[in-house]
Amino acid sequence: MTAAHIPAARNPLAALWWVPRGIIFGLMAFFIFGPLFNLLLWTVAEKWYFPHSLPLEYGFSSWAKVFAPRGGAMESLTNSLIVALLTVVVSLLLAIPAGYALARLKLPFRGVILLAFLIPQAFPNLTVYVNVARIFYEIRLNGTIPGVVLVHVSHGLVYAVWIATAAFSAIDAELEQAARNIGAGAFRAFLDVTLPLAAPGLMASAIFVFLESLDEFTGSYFVGAPDVNMLPLLLYTTAAGGNYQIASITALLLLVPSLVFMLIVERFLKADVLSRVGH
Amino acid sequence: MPKRLLGLLLVLPALAVIAFLFILPLIMSAVGAFQVEGAFGWGNFTKTFDLYTKDIIFTVVIVSLSTVLIGIASIAIGGYLTLGEHPVAVAILRWLYRWPMFIPFIVVGQILRTFLSKNGMMNNTFINLGLLSPLDAVSFLDWRGIVIAFVWKQTPFVALLVAGAMASINRDTIEAARNLGASRLRLLLEIVVPQVAMTLTVGLILSFVTMMSVLSVPLMINAQSPTMLTADIAFRVNSYGDYGVANALGLISLVLAASVAWIYLRASLKERA
Repeated sequence: MTAAHIPAARNPLAALWWVPRGIIFGLMAFFIFGPLFNLLLWTVAEKWYFPHSLPLEYGFSSWAKVFAPRGGAMESLTNSLIVALLTVVVSLLLAIPAGYALARLKLPFRGVILLAFLIPQAFPNLTVYVNVARIFYEIRLNGTIPGVVLVHVSHGLVYAVWIATAAFSAIDAELEQAARNIGAGAFRAFLDVTLPLAAPGLMASAIFVFLESLDEFTGSYFVGAPDVNMLPLLLYTTAAGGNYQIASITALLLLVPSLVFMLIVERFLKADVLSRVGH
Repeated sequence: MPKRLLGLLLVLPALAVIAFLFILPLIMSAVGAFQVEGAFGWGNFTKTFDLYTKDIIFTVVIVSLSTVLIGIASIAIGGYLTLGEHPVAVAILRWLYRWPMFIPFIVVGQILRTFLSKNGMMNNTFINLGLLSPLDAVSFLDWRGIVIAFVWKQTPFVALLVAGAMASINRDTIEAARNLGASRLRLLLEIVVPQVAMTLTVGLILSFVTMMSVLSVPLMINAQSPTMLTADIAFRVNSYGDYGVANALGLISLVLAASVAWIYLRASLKERA
Protein backbone atom coordinates (compact mmCIF):
# COMPACT_ATOMS: atom_id res chain seq x y z
CA MET A 1 0.00 0.00 0.00
CA THR A 2 2.53 2.59 1.15
CA ALA A 3 4.94 1.64 -1.61
CA ALA A 4 2.35 2.73 -4.13
CA HIS A 5 1.88 6.11 -2.44
CA ILE A 6 5.45 7.27 -2.35
CA PRO A 7 6.08 7.76 -6.08
CA ALA A 8 2.65 9.40 -6.42
CA ALA A 9 3.49 11.85 -3.64
CA ARG A 10 6.85 12.75 -5.16
CA ASN A 11 5.46 13.25 -8.63
CA PRO A 12 4.57 16.95 -9.07
CA LEU A 13 2.15 15.99 -11.84
CA ALA A 14 0.06 13.99 -9.34
CA ALA A 15 -1.89 17.15 -8.55
CA LEU A 16 -3.11 17.15 -12.15
CA TRP A 17 -5.15 14.05 -11.31
CA TRP A 18 -7.52 16.41 -9.51
CA VAL A 19 -8.68 17.73 -12.89
CA PRO A 20 -10.40 14.52 -14.08
CA ARG A 21 -11.40 13.72 -10.48
CA GLY A 22 -12.87 17.19 -10.08
CA ILE A 23 -14.85 16.88 -13.32
CA ILE A 24 -16.24 13.43 -12.46
CA PHE A 25 -17.04 14.25 -8.82
CA GLY A 26 -18.52 17.58 -9.94
CA LEU A 27 -20.80 15.86 -12.44
CA MET A 28 -21.80 13.26 -9.87
CA ALA A 29 -22.55 15.98 -7.33
CA PHE A 30 -24.58 17.88 -9.92
CA PHE A 31 -26.70 14.86 -10.77
CA ILE A 32 -27.15 13.80 -7.15
CA PHE A 33 -27.68 17.17 -5.47
CA GLY A 34 -29.10 19.08 -8.45
CA PRO A 35 -32.50 17.37 -8.28
CA LEU A 36 -32.54 17.71 -4.47
CA PHE A 37 -31.68 21.41 -4.67
CA ASN A 38 -34.35 21.84 -7.33
CA LEU A 39 -36.86 20.29 -4.91
CA LEU A 40 -35.84 22.71 -2.15
CA LEU A 41 -36.29 25.65 -4.54
CA TRP A 42 -39.78 24.47 -5.45
CA THR A 43 -40.82 24.30 -1.78
CA VAL A 44 -40.18 28.03 -1.36
CA ALA A 45 -41.03 29.24 -4.88
CA GLU A 46 -43.94 31.65 -4.99
CA LYS A 47 -43.62 32.39 -8.69
CA TRP A 48 -41.55 30.36 -11.10
CA TYR A 49 -42.25 29.97 -14.76
CA PHE A 50 -40.56 29.55 -18.12
CA PRO A 51 -38.01 30.79 -19.19
CA HIS A 52 -36.60 31.77 -15.78
CA SER A 53 -34.02 29.42 -14.38
CA LEU A 54 -34.66 30.51 -10.81
CA PRO A 55 -37.88 31.37 -8.98
CA LEU A 56 -39.04 34.99 -9.35
CA GLU A 57 -40.41 35.25 -5.82
CA TYR A 58 -39.68 33.27 -2.70
CA GLY A 59 -41.97 32.68 0.24
CA PHE A 60 -43.58 30.18 2.54
CA SER A 61 -47.23 30.48 1.49
CA SER A 62 -47.28 26.85 0.25
CA TRP A 63 -45.99 25.70 3.62
CA ALA A 64 -48.83 27.57 5.27
CA LYS A 65 -51.26 25.85 2.90
CA VAL A 66 -49.84 22.40 3.62
CA PHE A 67 -49.97 22.82 7.38
CA ALA A 68 -53.30 24.61 7.47
CA PRO A 69 -55.69 22.71 9.76
CA ARG A 70 -58.08 21.97 6.90
CA GLY A 71 -55.45 21.33 4.24
CA GLY A 72 -55.43 17.74 3.01
CA ALA A 73 -51.78 17.40 3.88
CA MET A 74 -52.25 17.23 7.63
CA GLU A 75 -54.68 14.35 7.23
CA SER A 76 -52.20 12.52 4.98
CA LEU A 77 -49.34 13.19 7.37
CA THR A 78 -51.32 11.90 10.35
CA ASN A 79 -52.47 8.83 8.42
CA SER A 80 -48.94 8.09 7.24
CA LEU A 81 -47.54 8.38 10.76
CA ILE A 82 -50.31 6.25 12.32
CA VAL A 83 -49.90 3.57 9.67
CA ALA A 84 -46.10 3.57 9.94
CA LEU A 85 -46.15 3.33 13.75
CA LEU A 86 -48.76 0.55 13.72
CA THR A 87 -46.75 -1.26 11.05
CA VAL A 88 -43.67 -1.10 13.26
CA VAL A 89 -45.59 -2.41 16.30
CA VAL A 90 -47.22 -5.29 14.41
CA SER A 91 -44.00 -6.19 12.57
CA LEU A 92 -41.96 -6.28 15.77
CA LEU A 93 -44.61 -8.30 17.61
CA LEU A 94 -44.35 -10.85 14.80
CA ALA A 95 -40.60 -10.58 14.24
CA ILE A 96 -39.29 -10.74 17.82
CA PRO A 97 -40.58 -14.27 18.53
CA ALA A 98 -39.78 -15.38 14.98
CA GLY A 99 -36.27 -13.89 15.10
CA TYR A 100 -35.60 -15.44 18.49
CA ALA A 101 -36.73 -18.86 17.28
CA LEU A 102 -34.68 -18.58 14.08
CA ALA A 103 -31.59 -17.50 15.99
CA ARG A 104 -31.71 -19.76 19.05
CA LEU A 105 -34.02 -22.75 18.64
CA LYS A 106 -33.22 -25.60 16.30
CA LEU A 107 -35.81 -25.19 13.59
CA PRO A 108 -36.46 -27.59 10.76
CA PHE A 109 -36.19 -25.91 7.30
CA ARG A 110 -34.61 -22.82 8.88
CA GLY A 111 -33.14 -21.65 5.57
CA VAL A 112 -36.44 -22.04 3.75
CA ILE A 113 -38.28 -20.11 6.47
CA LEU A 114 -35.78 -17.24 6.27
CA LEU A 115 -36.16 -17.17 2.49
CA ALA A 116 -39.97 -17.15 2.77
CA PHE A 117 -39.82 -13.66 4.26
CA LEU A 118 -37.86 -12.47 1.24
CA ILE A 119 -40.64 -13.55 -1.16
CA PRO A 120 -42.55 -10.21 -1.03
CA GLN A 121 -39.35 -8.42 -2.10
CA ALA A 122 -38.34 -10.99 -4.70
CA PHE A 123 -41.46 -11.00 -6.87
CA PRO A 124 -42.93 -8.11 -8.82
CA ASN A 125 -45.61 -7.22 -6.32
CA LEU A 126 -48.03 -5.03 -8.21
CA THR A 127 -50.54 -7.76 -9.13
CA VAL A 128 -50.29 -9.09 -5.60
CA TYR A 129 -51.53 -5.77 -4.25
CA VAL A 130 -54.29 -5.72 -6.85
CA ASN A 131 -55.48 -9.10 -5.58
CA VAL A 132 -54.99 -8.18 -1.92
CA ALA A 133 -57.28 -5.24 -2.62
CA ARG A 134 -59.88 -7.68 -3.99
CA ILE A 135 -59.64 -9.93 -0.90
CA PHE A 136 -59.81 -6.92 1.41
CA TYR A 137 -62.81 -5.62 -0.47
CA GLU A 138 -64.64 -8.87 0.30
CA ILE A 139 -63.80 -8.73 4.01
CA ARG A 140 -64.31 -4.96 4.21
CA LEU A 141 -60.69 -4.14 4.98
CA ASN A 142 -60.22 -2.15 1.78
CA GLY A 143 -59.86 1.57 2.37
CA THR A 144 -59.22 1.12 6.10
CA ILE A 145 -56.11 1.83 8.14
CA PRO A 146 -55.78 -1.79 9.41
CA GLY A 147 -55.89 -2.95 5.78
CA VAL A 148 -53.04 -0.66 4.77
CA VAL A 149 -51.07 -1.63 7.89
CA LEU A 150 -51.38 -5.34 7.02
CA VAL A 151 -50.09 -4.73 3.49
CA HIS A 152 -47.14 -2.74 4.80
CA VAL A 153 -46.39 -5.42 7.39
CA SER A 154 -46.16 -8.12 4.74
CA HIS A 155 -43.70 -5.98 2.82
CA GLY A 156 -41.59 -4.83 5.78
CA LEU A 157 -41.44 -8.19 7.55
CA VAL A 158 -38.30 -9.27 5.73
CA TYR A 159 -36.32 -6.42 7.35
CA ALA A 160 -37.91 -7.00 10.74
CA VAL A 161 -37.34 -10.77 10.80
CA TRP A 162 -33.90 -10.83 9.19
CA ILE A 163 -32.46 -8.05 11.34
CA ALA A 164 -34.10 -9.40 14.51
CA THR A 165 -32.65 -12.85 13.77
CA ALA A 166 -29.20 -11.34 13.24
CA ALA A 167 -29.54 -9.25 16.42
CA PHE A 168 -30.46 -12.28 18.53
CA SER A 169 -27.72 -14.48 17.09
CA ALA A 170 -25.11 -11.79 17.77
CA ILE A 171 -25.81 -12.15 21.54
CA ASP A 172 -23.91 -14.71 23.53
CA ALA A 173 -26.36 -17.52 24.38
CA GLU A 174 -24.48 -18.20 27.63
CA LEU A 175 -25.72 -14.94 29.15
CA GLU A 176 -29.28 -16.18 28.97
CA GLN A 177 -28.16 -19.59 30.24
CA ALA A 178 -26.53 -17.91 33.23
CA ALA A 179 -29.78 -16.18 34.09
CA ARG A 180 -31.59 -19.50 33.81
CA ASN A 181 -29.03 -21.13 36.09
CA ILE A 182 -29.68 -18.67 38.91
CA GLY A 183 -33.36 -19.48 38.73
CA ALA A 184 -34.95 -17.17 36.15
CA GLY A 185 -37.71 -18.68 34.03
CA ALA A 186 -37.27 -18.88 30.26
CA PHE A 187 -39.52 -15.89 29.62
CA ARG A 188 -37.99 -13.85 32.47
CA ALA A 189 -34.48 -14.53 31.15
CA PHE A 190 -35.54 -13.46 27.68
CA LEU A 191 -37.19 -10.24 28.91
CA ASP A 192 -34.42 -9.20 31.33
CA VAL A 193 -31.29 -10.37 29.52
CA THR A 194 -31.69 -11.11 25.82
CA LEU A 195 -34.22 -8.47 24.82
CA PRO A 196 -32.31 -5.45 26.20
CA LEU A 197 -29.10 -6.70 24.58
CA ALA A 198 -30.86 -7.06 21.22
CA ALA A 199 -32.47 -3.61 21.52
CA PRO A 200 -30.12 -1.66 19.18
CA GLY A 201 -30.59 -4.22 16.41
CA LEU A 202 -34.34 -4.28 16.96
CA MET A 203 -34.33 -0.47 16.87
CA ALA A 204 -32.60 -0.62 13.47
CA SER A 205 -35.19 -3.06 12.17
CA ALA A 206 -37.96 -0.82 13.52
CA ILE A 207 -36.51 2.17 11.65
CA PHE A 208 -36.23 0.14 8.45
CA VAL A 209 -39.87 -0.95 8.73
CA PHE A 210 -40.98 2.59 9.59
CA LEU A 211 -39.31 4.05 6.49
CA GLU A 212 -40.50 1.22 4.29
CA SER A 213 -44.06 1.94 5.42
CA LEU A 214 -43.73 5.72 5.16
CA ASP A 215 -42.46 5.48 1.58
CA GLU A 216 -44.68 2.69 0.33
CA PHE A 217 -46.74 3.76 -2.65
CA THR A 218 -48.13 0.80 -4.60
CA GLY A 219 -49.88 -0.99 -1.73
CA SER A 220 -51.37 2.23 -0.39
CA TYR A 221 -52.49 3.15 -3.90
CA PHE A 222 -54.53 -0.03 -4.36
CA VAL A 223 -55.64 -0.82 -0.80
CA GLY A 224 -55.84 2.61 0.83
CA ALA A 225 -56.93 5.10 -1.84
CA PRO A 226 -59.17 7.00 -2.00
CA ASP A 227 -60.44 6.52 1.57
CA VAL A 228 -57.13 6.46 3.43
CA ASN A 229 -54.94 9.31 2.19
CA MET A 230 -51.25 8.93 2.75
CA LEU A 231 -48.29 11.22 2.00
CA PRO A 232 -47.07 9.32 -1.10
CA LEU A 233 -50.60 9.40 -2.52
CA LEU A 234 -50.87 13.12 -1.80
CA LEU A 235 -47.55 13.64 -3.55
CA TYR A 236 -48.79 11.73 -6.56
CA THR A 237 -52.13 13.53 -6.85
CA THR A 238 -50.72 17.03 -6.30
CA ALA A 239 -47.91 16.41 -8.80
CA ALA A 240 -50.39 15.03 -11.32
CA GLY A 241 -52.46 18.17 -10.76
CA GLY A 242 -49.43 20.34 -11.54
CA ASN A 243 -49.11 21.80 -8.04
CA TYR A 244 -45.34 21.48 -7.79
CA GLN A 245 -45.04 23.51 -4.59
CA ILE A 246 -47.28 21.23 -2.52
CA ALA A 247 -45.83 18.14 -4.22
CA SER A 248 -42.30 19.27 -3.39
CA ILE A 249 -43.12 19.99 0.25
CA THR A 250 -44.71 16.55 0.53
CA ALA A 251 -41.64 15.02 -1.11
CA LEU A 252 -39.44 16.86 1.37
CA LEU A 253 -41.48 15.49 4.29
CA LEU A 254 -40.86 11.98 2.93
CA LEU A 255 -37.21 12.68 2.16
CA VAL A 256 -35.95 14.03 5.46
CA PRO A 257 -36.54 10.88 7.58
CA SER A 258 -34.83 8.78 4.89
CA LEU A 259 -31.73 10.99 4.78
CA VAL A 260 -31.51 11.25 8.56
CA PHE A 261 -31.67 7.48 8.76
CA MET A 262 -28.93 7.07 6.18
CA LEU A 263 -26.67 9.18 8.35
CA ILE A 264 -27.40 7.36 11.63
CA VAL A 265 -27.95 3.77 10.47
CA GLU A 266 -24.43 2.72 11.37
CA ARG A 267 -25.01 3.69 14.98
CA PHE A 268 -27.78 1.10 15.38
CA LEU A 269 -26.63 -1.52 12.92
CA LYS A 270 -23.26 -2.59 14.28
CA ALA A 271 -20.95 -4.73 12.19
CA ASP A 272 -21.49 -7.82 14.36
CA VAL A 273 -25.23 -7.72 13.62
CA LEU A 274 -24.81 -6.63 10.00
CA SER A 275 -22.51 -9.52 9.16
CA ARG A 276 -25.15 -11.99 10.38
CA VAL A 277 -28.06 -10.64 8.32
CA GLY A 278 -29.45 -13.37 6.09
CA HIS A 279 -27.46 -16.17 7.78
CA MET B 1 -38.82 -32.21 20.26
CA PRO B 2 -41.01 -29.72 22.20
CA LYS B 3 -38.30 -27.11 21.62
CA ARG B 4 -38.72 -27.55 17.87
CA LEU B 5 -42.46 -27.26 18.25
CA LEU B 6 -42.08 -24.08 20.32
CA GLY B 7 -39.81 -22.67 17.63
CA LEU B 8 -42.32 -23.37 14.90
CA LEU B 9 -45.10 -21.83 17.00
CA LEU B 10 -43.05 -18.66 17.42
CA VAL B 11 -42.39 -18.37 13.68
CA LEU B 12 -45.87 -19.34 12.59
CA PRO B 13 -47.70 -15.98 12.99
CA ALA B 14 -45.11 -14.16 10.89
CA LEU B 15 -45.19 -16.89 8.24
CA ALA B 16 -48.99 -16.77 8.20
CA VAL B 17 -48.87 -13.08 7.27
CA ILE B 18 -46.65 -13.87 4.28
CA ALA B 19 -48.84 -16.82 3.29
CA PHE B 20 -52.16 -14.96 3.41
CA LEU B 21 -51.06 -11.52 2.29
CA PHE B 22 -48.55 -12.47 -0.35
CA ILE B 23 -48.55 -16.08 -1.48
CA LEU B 24 -52.33 -16.46 -1.60
CA PRO B 25 -52.83 -13.27 -3.68
CA LEU B 26 -49.92 -14.33 -5.87
CA ILE B 27 -51.66 -17.63 -6.61
CA MET B 28 -54.95 -15.77 -7.15
CA SER B 29 -53.25 -13.57 -9.71
CA ALA B 30 -51.74 -16.56 -11.53
CA VAL B 31 -55.11 -18.33 -11.62
CA GLY B 32 -56.97 -15.13 -12.47
CA ALA B 33 -54.77 -14.61 -15.50
CA PHE B 34 -56.36 -17.68 -17.11
CA GLN B 35 -59.95 -16.87 -16.14
CA VAL B 36 -62.22 -15.26 -18.69
CA GLU B 37 -65.72 -14.65 -17.36
CA GLY B 38 -65.60 -17.63 -15.04
CA ALA B 39 -64.17 -20.14 -17.53
CA PHE B 40 -60.53 -21.00 -18.09
CA GLY B 41 -58.91 -19.88 -21.30
CA TRP B 42 -56.21 -17.91 -23.01
CA GLY B 43 -58.44 -14.90 -23.70
CA ASN B 44 -56.60 -12.54 -21.35
CA PHE B 45 -53.29 -13.33 -22.94
CA THR B 46 -54.45 -12.80 -26.54
CA LYS B 47 -55.90 -9.46 -25.46
CA THR B 48 -52.71 -8.61 -23.55
CA PHE B 49 -50.45 -9.35 -26.50
CA ASP B 50 -52.76 -7.46 -28.86
CA LEU B 51 -52.70 -4.35 -26.70
CA TYR B 52 -49.43 -4.43 -24.84
CA THR B 53 -46.72 -6.23 -26.85
CA LYS B 54 -45.01 -2.89 -27.38
CA ASP B 55 -45.09 -2.13 -23.66
CA ILE B 56 -43.71 -5.58 -22.79
CA ILE B 57 -40.72 -4.98 -25.07
CA PHE B 58 -40.41 -1.41 -23.78
CA THR B 59 -40.31 -2.69 -20.17
CA VAL B 60 -37.74 -5.38 -20.90
CA VAL B 61 -35.49 -2.96 -22.79
CA ILE B 62 -35.71 -0.23 -20.14
CA VAL B 63 -35.16 -2.51 -17.18
CA SER B 64 -32.32 -4.40 -18.91
CA LEU B 65 -30.60 -1.20 -19.99
CA SER B 66 -30.94 0.23 -16.48
CA THR B 67 -29.54 -2.99 -14.98
CA VAL B 68 -26.49 -2.85 -17.27
CA LEU B 69 -25.88 0.83 -16.45
CA ILE B 70 -26.29 0.20 -12.72
CA GLY B 71 -23.80 -2.68 -12.99
CA ILE B 72 -21.20 -0.55 -14.78
CA ALA B 73 -21.64 2.39 -12.39
CA SER B 74 -21.42 0.24 -9.27
CA ILE B 75 -18.30 -1.56 -10.51
CA ALA B 76 -16.74 1.84 -11.21
CA ILE B 77 -17.68 3.19 -7.77
CA GLY B 78 -16.75 0.03 -5.87
CA GLY B 79 -13.54 -0.28 -7.87
CA TYR B 80 -12.46 3.26 -7.11
CA LEU B 81 -13.27 2.83 -3.42
CA THR B 82 -11.13 -0.33 -3.35
CA LEU B 83 -8.26 0.57 -5.67
CA GLY B 84 -8.22 4.37 -5.51
CA GLU B 85 -4.85 5.58 -4.28
CA HIS B 86 -5.71 9.05 -3.08
CA PRO B 87 -7.38 8.83 0.35
CA VAL B 88 -9.11 12.22 0.02
CA ALA B 89 -10.62 11.33 -3.36
CA VAL B 90 -11.80 7.97 -1.99
CA ALA B 91 -13.36 9.71 1.02
CA ILE B 92 -15.17 12.21 -1.20
CA LEU B 93 -16.61 9.43 -3.37
CA ARG B 94 -17.64 7.38 -0.31
CA TRP B 95 -19.49 10.39 1.06
CA LEU B 96 -21.03 11.30 -2.30
CA TYR B 97 -22.41 8.14 -3.85
CA ARG B 98 -24.78 6.98 -1.10
CA TRP B 99 -27.22 9.89 -0.97
CA PRO B 100 -30.00 8.57 -3.24
CA MET B 101 -30.14 5.14 -1.58
CA PHE B 102 -32.94 5.66 0.92
CA ILE B 103 -34.88 8.23 -1.08
CA PRO B 104 -38.31 6.74 -1.87
CA PHE B 105 -39.11 6.00 -5.50
CA ILE B 106 -42.07 8.37 -5.52
CA VAL B 107 -39.82 11.22 -4.37
CA VAL B 108 -37.25 10.24 -7.00
CA GLY B 109 -40.04 10.47 -9.58
CA GLN B 110 -41.06 13.92 -8.41
CA ILE B 111 -37.60 15.48 -8.18
CA LEU B 112 -36.39 14.08 -11.50
CA ARG B 113 -39.60 15.17 -13.16
CA THR B 114 -38.81 18.78 -12.37
CA PHE B 115 -35.07 18.35 -12.93
CA LEU B 116 -35.21 16.66 -16.35
CA SER B 117 -38.10 18.51 -17.98
CA LYS B 118 -37.57 20.74 -21.00
CA ASN B 119 -37.30 23.85 -18.82
CA GLY B 120 -35.92 21.96 -15.86
CA MET B 121 -32.82 22.67 -13.90
CA MET B 122 -30.56 20.35 -15.92
CA ASN B 123 -31.24 22.05 -19.25
CA ASN B 124 -31.19 25.48 -17.61
CA THR B 125 -27.78 24.87 -16.09
CA PHE B 126 -26.35 23.66 -19.40
CA ILE B 127 -27.83 26.65 -21.21
CA ASN B 128 -26.42 29.09 -18.65
CA LEU B 129 -23.01 27.46 -18.93
CA GLY B 130 -23.20 27.88 -22.70
CA LEU B 131 -23.07 24.13 -23.30
CA LEU B 132 -26.51 23.98 -24.88
CA SER B 133 -28.54 26.37 -26.97
CA PRO B 134 -32.11 27.00 -25.74
CA LEU B 135 -33.50 25.72 -29.04
CA ASP B 136 -31.81 22.35 -28.64
CA ALA B 137 -33.17 21.75 -25.14
CA VAL B 138 -35.36 18.66 -25.05
CA SER B 139 -37.38 17.06 -22.30
CA PHE B 140 -35.95 13.83 -20.93
CA LEU B 141 -39.31 12.76 -19.55
CA ASP B 142 -39.69 9.66 -21.70
CA TRP B 143 -37.88 6.30 -21.60
CA ARG B 144 -34.65 8.15 -20.83
CA GLY B 145 -36.17 9.72 -17.75
CA ILE B 146 -37.25 6.31 -16.45
CA VAL B 147 -33.78 4.86 -17.05
CA ILE B 148 -32.15 7.86 -15.34
CA ALA B 149 -34.50 7.54 -12.36
CA PHE B 150 -33.77 3.81 -11.97
CA VAL B 151 -30.01 4.25 -12.28
CA TRP B 152 -30.08 7.25 -9.94
CA LYS B 153 -31.93 5.38 -7.22
CA GLN B 154 -30.55 1.82 -7.53
CA THR B 155 -26.83 2.39 -8.16
CA PRO B 156 -25.96 3.29 -4.54
CA PHE B 157 -27.59 0.10 -3.28
CA VAL B 158 -25.70 -2.18 -5.67
CA ALA B 159 -22.50 -0.16 -5.26
CA LEU B 160 -22.76 -0.54 -1.48
CA LEU B 161 -23.05 -4.33 -1.79
CA VAL B 162 -20.26 -4.51 -4.38
CA ALA B 163 -17.92 -2.21 -2.45
CA GLY B 164 -18.50 -4.29 0.68
CA ALA B 165 -17.64 -7.48 -1.17
CA MET B 166 -14.58 -5.86 -2.78
CA ALA B 167 -13.33 -4.68 0.60
CA SER B 168 -13.38 -8.23 1.95
CA ILE B 169 -11.43 -9.92 -0.85
CA ASN B 170 -7.85 -10.94 -0.23
CA ARG B 171 -5.58 -7.98 -0.99
CA ASP B 172 -2.53 -10.15 -1.63
CA THR B 173 -3.58 -11.05 -5.17
CA ILE B 174 -4.25 -7.38 -5.90
CA GLU B 175 -0.87 -6.31 -4.55
CA ALA B 176 0.88 -9.13 -6.43
CA ALA B 177 -0.68 -8.10 -9.73
CA ARG B 178 0.05 -4.44 -8.99
CA ASN B 179 3.70 -5.24 -8.35
CA LEU B 180 3.83 -7.06 -11.69
CA GLY B 181 2.79 -3.80 -13.30
CA ALA B 182 -0.88 -4.40 -14.05
CA SER B 183 -2.83 -1.20 -14.69
CA ARG B 184 -5.65 -0.34 -12.31
CA LEU B 185 -8.27 -1.01 -14.97
CA ARG B 186 -6.87 -4.47 -15.59
CA LEU B 187 -6.68 -5.10 -11.85
CA LEU B 188 -10.33 -4.16 -11.54
CA LEU B 189 -11.65 -6.14 -14.48
CA GLU B 190 -9.47 -9.24 -14.25
CA ILE B 191 -8.90 -9.68 -10.53
CA VAL B 192 -11.44 -7.74 -8.48
CA VAL B 193 -14.68 -8.06 -10.49
CA PRO B 194 -14.50 -11.88 -10.97
CA GLN B 195 -14.21 -12.29 -7.21
CA VAL B 196 -17.32 -10.21 -6.48
CA ALA B 197 -19.34 -11.51 -9.45
CA MET B 198 -21.81 -13.33 -7.20
CA THR B 199 -22.56 -10.29 -5.02
CA LEU B 200 -22.88 -8.12 -8.10
CA THR B 201 -25.34 -10.56 -9.68
CA VAL B 202 -27.46 -10.77 -6.53
CA GLY B 203 -27.58 -6.97 -6.28
CA LEU B 204 -28.49 -6.61 -9.95
CA ILE B 205 -31.23 -9.26 -9.77
CA LEU B 206 -32.77 -7.60 -6.71
CA SER B 207 -32.66 -4.30 -8.59
CA PHE B 208 -34.18 -5.88 -11.70
CA VAL B 209 -37.13 -7.22 -9.70
CA THR B 210 -37.53 -3.92 -7.85
CA MET B 211 -37.61 -1.99 -11.12
CA MET B 212 -40.15 -4.44 -12.55
CA SER B 213 -42.50 -3.65 -9.65
CA VAL B 214 -42.14 0.10 -9.31
CA LEU B 215 -45.33 1.91 -10.21
CA SER B 216 -44.59 5.43 -9.05
CA VAL B 217 -41.65 6.19 -11.37
CA PRO B 218 -43.43 5.40 -14.67
CA LEU B 219 -46.56 7.17 -13.38
CA MET B 220 -44.63 10.29 -12.47
CA ILE B 221 -42.18 10.43 -15.38
CA ASN B 222 -43.83 8.91 -18.41
CA ALA B 223 -47.36 7.54 -18.28
CA GLN B 224 -48.04 7.90 -22.01
CA SER B 225 -47.72 4.98 -24.38
CA PRO B 226 -45.36 3.21 -24.63
CA THR B 227 -44.98 2.85 -20.89
CA MET B 228 -44.06 0.20 -18.37
CA LEU B 229 -46.18 -2.83 -17.49
CA THR B 230 -46.76 -1.57 -13.95
CA ALA B 231 -48.49 1.56 -15.27
CA ASP B 232 -50.57 -0.63 -17.63
CA ILE B 233 -51.68 -2.89 -14.77
CA ALA B 234 -52.77 0.10 -12.70
CA PHE B 235 -54.61 1.51 -15.72
CA ARG B 236 -56.41 -1.79 -16.49
CA VAL B 237 -57.63 -2.07 -12.90
CA ASN B 238 -58.53 1.55 -12.25
CA SER B 239 -60.08 2.44 -15.58
CA TYR B 240 -61.70 -0.81 -16.69
CA GLY B 241 -61.82 -3.01 -13.58
CA ASP B 242 -60.26 -5.55 -15.94
CA TYR B 243 -58.59 -7.92 -13.50
CA GLY B 244 -58.07 -10.64 -16.14
CA VAL B 245 -55.72 -8.61 -18.32
CA ALA B 246 -54.10 -7.03 -15.25
CA ASN B 247 -53.34 -10.49 -13.87
CA ALA B 248 -52.03 -11.64 -17.24
CA LEU B 249 -49.69 -8.63 -17.36
CA GLY B 250 -48.65 -9.41 -13.79
CA LEU B 251 -47.89 -13.01 -14.72
CA ILE B 252 -45.80 -11.85 -17.66
CA SER B 253 -43.69 -9.57 -15.46
CA LEU B 254 -43.39 -12.46 -13.01
CA VAL B 255 -42.08 -14.73 -15.77
CA LEU B 256 -39.62 -12.04 -16.85
CA ALA B 257 -38.31 -11.66 -13.30
CA ALA B 258 -38.21 -15.43 -12.80
CA SER B 259 -36.19 -15.95 -15.98
CA VAL B 260 -33.55 -13.55 -14.67
CA ALA B 261 -33.48 -15.37 -11.34
CA TRP B 262 -33.14 -18.64 -13.28
CA ILE B 263 -30.09 -17.37 -15.12
CA TYR B 264 -28.60 -16.57 -11.73
CA LEU B 265 -29.42 -19.99 -10.29
CA ARG B 266 -27.90 -21.74 -13.28
CA ALA B 267 -24.74 -19.66 -13.02
CA SER B 268 -24.40 -20.31 -9.29
CA LEU B 269 -24.91 -24.07 -9.77
CA LYS B 270 -22.26 -24.11 -12.48
CA GLU B 271 -19.90 -22.28 -10.16
CA ARG B 272 -20.36 -24.86 -7.43
CA ALA B 273 -20.05 -27.85 -9.75
